[in-house]
Amino acid sequence: MAIFADESTRLIVQGITGRDGSFHARQMMDYGTHIVAGVTPGKGGQWFEGPGGKRVPVFDTMDRAVGETGADASVIYVPPAFAADAILEAADAGIRLIVAITEGIPVLDMTRVYPFVAEKGARLVGPNCPGLISPGRCKIGIIPGSIVTRGPVGVVSRSGTLTYEVVNQLTRAGIGQTTCVGIGGDPIIGTSFIDCLAAFEEDEETRAVVMIGEIGGTDEQEAAAFARQNLSKPVVGFIAGQTAPPGRRMGHAGAIISGSSGTAAEKIRAFEENGIRVARRPIEVVGLIQEAL
Amino acid sequence: MNIHEYQAREILRAHGVPVPPGEVAETPEQAETIAARFGARVVIKAQVHAGGRGKAGGVQLAATPAEAREKAARILGMEIKGLRVKKVLVTPAEEIASESYVGVIVDRASKRPVFMVSREGGVDIEEVAARAPGAIRRLVVDPRYGLLPHQAYWLATTLYDEAPQQRACAAILRNLYRAFVESGASLAEINPLITTPAGEVKAIDAKFNIDDNELFRRESIAALRDVSAEPPAETAAREAGLTYIQLDGNIGAVVNGAGLAMATMDLIKFYGGEPANFLDIGGSSNPEKVVNALRIITRDPKVKVILFNIFGGITRCDDVANGIVEASRRIEIRVPLVIRLTGTNEGLALDILQQAGFGATTSMDEVVQKAVEMAGGAPRATD
Repeated sequence: MAIFADESTRLIVQGITGRDGSFHARQMMDYGTHIVAGVTPGKGGQWFEGPGGKRVPVFDTMDRAVGETGADASVIYVPPAFAADAILEAADAGIRLIVAITEGIPVLDMTRVYPFVAEKGARLVGPNCPGLISPGRCKIGIIPGSIVTRGPVGVVSRSGTLTYEVVNQLTRAGIGQTTCVGIGGDPIIGTSFIDCLAAFEEDEETRAVVMIGEIGGTDEQEAAAFARQNLSKPVVGFIAGQTAPPGRRMGHAGAIISGSSGTAAEKIRAFEENGIRVARRPIEVVGLIQEAL
Repeated sequence: MNIHEYQAREILRAHGVPVPPGEVAETPEQAETIAARFGARVVIKAQVHAGGRGKAGGVQLAATPAEAREKAARILGMEIKGLRVKKVLVTPAEEIASESYVGVIVDRASKRPVFMVSREGGVDIEEVAARAPGAIRRLVVDPRYGLLPHQAYWLATTLYDEAPQQRACAAILRNLYRAFVESGASLAEINPLITTPAGEVKAIDAKFNIDDNELFRRESIAALRDVSAEPPAETAAREAGLTYIQLDGNIGAVVNGAGLAMATMDLIKFYGGEPANFLDIGGSSNPEKVVNALRIITRDPKVKVILFNIFGGITRCDDVANGIVEASRRIEIRVPLVIRLTGTNEGLALDILQQAGFGATTSMDEVVQKAVEMAGGAPRATD
């Protein structure tokens, strides 16, 4: 098992003819993800040439792409100016899992996107995220397939390369993953730590969870309390940004200490008070997970 | 992006919020001329991207034009939280009967815009929230409908008891919400919103934080950026497509990805060193970005060693290696580089670096420990 996506997932790539979209569509196909269609307005009727002679039809609209292919998931690589509407279009077309990779979507756009997607009953992952990968089954997004391997650990994180760092160490230590989810570095994101913890709890194959947070907001604190109440599986945590100055955005739009709230110290305390063991360095996650398993 | 108080007041005025007149001076003489034109007592206010201006002496009252000149001379050039004051706002002093706070932010928890209002104005709202949370009323806005008339009126009734002021305040709140949305703000506040002895309701001080992600579609707002109010290195980094934040330490760091960059800073601290900066070269592997990153970091005289921490996913390690070699040819780098590269095309990158005479490792902990040692060692002797 895995969470959110597996070998049965049928994926559409929104923005498949763009620079990023085409590159990552090929990477995902290489990994074995079933990409059934691409969407780029104005390019309907073309074919996208994938690796190994595979071809994917391109449609003008999500409605037509879903109608023709029966897709249930989409991944978005369109530029920030059009990305909010791309999410809404996917939800409107009945897509169940929407993964928005795009960085730079205005947060006010997201305040309108979030309730719309929720009313349609779809799951949005991101935006401003690396997507997710269920090793050996399905990759949606940009997490390198070479650093993951199948196994018993669920990984959820607000960051990209820091997740790769930790997952790579796990893999090298022989510890595989059920699913690695990057939930995104923006202030408003579709899928929270809590959503992922709940899904990992339900997933029989997952035996322990790694939660990688960072400064800004209170999602980690709420997730820690949720874990104590609802999780039977051990959780290991890491928080980035202990040395971040207050009031400055540390690269991610959501990584900012506002006033005295959202500090790394506050999140580490919340983890520890709720029975989550905290790694002081990324490498320590490996040892803590080994003990937990 | 931060904008100045005088710019925030202009946005409010353009959206129909009553704001007293005011003009910006860059010299004491200009302040004197403006004060003479107003012909009354004026307030001289430092225009700088920092809170706590009043406590720092950056807000002063002047009874005459000559005094305005003298006070402006004192404020201009003053440093507030490390930022030099280059402009002052000169505005007529208002008679104040009451002070309130009104603000709207994008709230992460509810994922909606949220209004906060309080009868305790003129002070930091965070202080009020900590001391007397009951003194703040909150209202969650559905962004698809905006702030509805009855909601604005309800908020106004929590602030004022007199009908004319309630009506005036409700209009101000609706206009504030429009200004918030139309300027692409993540925060817009009026503090204080005052009443005068004659019963008028006016915005005296305003603060807007603009969502950087809005700037591509809001030219007139983007034009409000005051480059002179930012550290020059941060301006250079932004123009080069990098995210750079200057800190106080002596270990420069070049990292790909915000989370990994923060974790690298933390690890420097863990091993007893002090990071000189946060720098994220982003996901794409453009050698030119590496050259620009090194150009910016080498300008910081505090930096004694520069650390690279690259995890190649989308970023190709050989591109970064080529960037390092290219930079070493084009710019003078007087401090040692310590390099960690792992992931996509790692072998190729290590070869490129070795041929150019650079060493490199694949371990994050190892490279950080080495950087801390080279920067003068861990200051742990005092522990």
